[in-house]
Parts: sequence; C-alpha cells; structure tokens
Amino acid sequence: MALSIRNLQFLDWRDINLTIGDGEVVCLLGESGSGKSLLLRAIADLIVSQGVIELEGAERSSVSSLEWRRKVGYLPAEIFWWEDSVRAHFLNPPSNQSLGSLRLSRDCLDWSPNRLSMGERQRLGILRMLDREPAYLLLDEPTANLDETNSSLAENRLLAYIRERGKGALWVSHSSEQAGRVGDRTLQMKDGAPRELMGEPGKAEA
Amino acid sequence: MTTETIQLDYFDILSAGIIILGLGILLAYYRLGVTRSLAIASVRLVIQLFLIGYVLRFLFEEGKEGHVAIMAGVMLLVASREILARQKRRLKGWSGFGLGASTLFVSSFAIALYGLFVVVRPEPWYLPQYSIPLLGMIMSNTMSAIGLSMDRLTSALHDNRAIIEQRLALGESSRQAILPYLRDCIRTGIMPVVNSMATAGIVSLPGMMTGQILAGAIPTEAVKYQIIIWFLIAGGVGFGMAAALKVIEWRLFDERQRLRLERLG
Repeated sequence: MALSIRNLQFLDWRDINLTIGDGEVVCLLGESGSGKSLLLRAIADLIVSQGVIELEGAERSSVSSLEWRRKVGYLPAEIFWWEDSVRAHFLNPPSNQSLGSLRLSRDCLDWSPNRLSMGERQRLGILRMLDREPAYLLLDEPTANLDETNSSLAENRLLAYIRERGKGALWVSHSSEQAGRVGDRTLQMKDGAPRELMGEPGKAEA
Repeated sequence: MTTETIQLDYFDILSAGIIILGLGILLAYYRLGVTRSLAIASVRLVIQLFLIGYVLRFLFEEGKEGHVAIMAGVMLLVASREILARQKRRLKGWSGFGLGASTLFVSSFAIALYGLFVVVRPEPWYLPQYSIPLLGMIMSNTMSAIGLSMDRLTSALHDNRAIIEQRLALGESSRQAILPYLRDCIRTGIMPVVNSMATAGIVSLPGMMTGQILAGAIPTEAVKYQIIIWFLIAGGVGFGMAAALKVIEWRLFDERQRLRLERLG
C-alpha cells in the first residue's frame, strides 16, 4: 500500500483508518467541521497526531519531518503568499506553458501577490505545491474558488501529475460530481472518521 | 575642575514637583485619564528612590558579597516580572516567567561579571559602588529588549500562523519559516541601543556620564566610563535577546517542527 493510515488520532478524532493505493485518487466528502482539513494536516504532520502513518512502508517517525512534508504535498484551502513577488515562492518558476495550462498570465510571476485574485491565488498555489515535486498529494478543495472552465483545467493538471508520478492523492471536495469525476474511490467523513460510501454515488449522480 | 556638588534639600524636590502638579492639572482638565497613573508613578518614584538611596548607602558602607548578591537577586526578580507583564501572549505555566528570568540572568550577569573582572577591575571585585550600578544599567536595557522582542515574536507567530504552516507544508524548516519575524524582532530590540550609541554626546548626554560630571568628575574621564557602559549594555541586550528568541523558537516548535501555539496562554 502506498499511503497507509492506521488508528490515527488527533484532537477529538479517533481510530481513523485509510489506505491509498498506488496511483489511486481517493476523494473525501463531508460537512464542514467534520475534520477533513484536520485529517490532511495530520497526515502532513502539521498538527500533533498519534497512530501509524506509512508511506511506501516507511513509518513517518523514521523520516525527518522536512523530508516527510516534501513527500506529501499539502495544498491548503486558502493559499497565502508572503514574499514580495510571486516568483520568489518557487524553487523552479513554472514555464509559460505551465502557466498557460491553467490560463494564468505569463507576467503573473513578477506581480506582487497582493494583485492576485482568489482564483489566481488558488491556481498558482497548485503550481507552487507541484513545484516541490511531492510524491503524494493532499488536496483541500483545490478548485473551490474557480469557475467551471478553470476548475476543470485544474482538475486535469492535478490528475496528469498524479498519473505521471504513479502515486496517490487524497482529494477533499465539496462536490460529489467532482468526486465522481476525479476519484477512484469516494469516502465520506462521518461521525469522526472517513467511511466508504455504498456504491459510487458520485458517478451515479453525475 | 573640582567644584563642590550642590546639596539639594526637600524644598528643592518640592519645587521640581510643581511641574508634575501643573502637568497633572492639565491632563485632568482634558480628561485624558492618565492623571491617576501620573500621580501614582510620581509617588512611586519618590518612595522607591528614597528607599533605594538608603539601601545603597547601607550597601556602600557595609557591603559584603552576600548583600550584593541579595540586591542583584531582587533586581532580577523585579525585572523578570516586568518582562512578563509586557507580554500580550505568554508561554503557559512557569516557562513564561522562567524564560524571561533565565535569559535575563545569563546575559546581564555574564556581561556585568565581565565588566567587573576584565574591564573595570574594582577591588574587591563586587565593590557595591561599581557592581550595583553596572548591573542595573545592563539589566534595565536588557530587560526592555527581551520584553519587547519576545512580545513581538510571539505576536508575529500567532498572527502569521497560517503562513508559517504553509511554509512548513512546502518543506521549509521552522527556522526558515520564521526567519523574517526573527529578523524583525532582533532589529526592534537592538535599534534603541544602536540609536543611542550613534547619537551619544551629540543629541543627548548619557545619564551616567551626566551624573559623574555633576558629581565633579572630569568630563574626559567620565566619557571613558560611558563608552565602556554602552559596550556592555549592547552586549547584554544583544546576547539576552538572542537567547530569549531562541528559547521561544524551541518552545513553540516541537521535535517534528510543528508550530505549537497552544503552548501560548
């Protein structure tokens, strides 16, 4: 199993079990406050949690936290920028082609982050995460601020990356349509843990 | 150059107090709400200084090592309490007080001892006339710098926690993620000292030198002491602040380099 979580506990959440296979995209639905974002932050080792998380057989405590976070890329729901220019946030600034694939302006790397719209922040945030070349992706509503066209471009970009790497992703979404489109499996966060949905409602509703 | 020092009596103090009285009336008239604080501060100033006058007189006449140590301990306690009082967000439990006290202790005592043993070399080394004012000047400046920079760092980490977390999520170390705030805090803490040093003698005559000159010392001699004092103060301020910020960094990040803001009260 690529990413395996056993008996994970954090804050009020108990006994969370979850596995993500190689190349698998697992979608996670659930009401706000159900702990979806906390689960992603716990997996990225950004909040304190107990239990076992293994990445390709290696327990997280056997890997330094910096190395761990470079392997599991966490994309927060709201993307913040802190440097004076967008470019300064990248190790290898994205190519024009890469920017174009998300309908971003070629000049936007030299802008001040203050100038970015919500949608631009989110799309550039995706590129910023991929810039670190993580193996696994933890995505917190990566298309929440995007219109339909940009949303599907972002979905395609993320799916292409996951396919290219052959690794997995845990994709938090608010829409079961999206879950049906991008997910190999869909879970629902309910009563403090992710549960398997009966059948494939995402696809059924779509 | 040896002129007699003018002896002040209580009437002279009262006549200077008229200024404070006038200021108090003005503030009360405009209802600025600081009249009470001004009154309390003035009374405290008079009482504290008269008391310390007697304490120092006793120390200078009778001063043994033990007396100096007790005095230094009291100064440390009061200054540590003052650092804690300036914190908007304190570390929970005893580490809030202990952090200020320990870093203040390490830096100001070490620097003061260096000043006594290596630079000024009074005989005996703890001679209260030298050790107490020296320690006092170093400690009061170090106290301000530690108090100010700690408050700024904890506030900055608290206010920018989302940014810090995103930087960590991108694989940065805790040090990288908080570097801009650390730099800002160090600058804030050290600038008052740097500015005072840069303008010393031109804009202001430093207090210690002024005191010595009033007491009849030759200005060219008083200047030497003042230079030494400023170097010692800069050392106490800089090292004390560096230690305090380092300890905050240790406390607010854990071994997995996670930001642990719940450790702030």
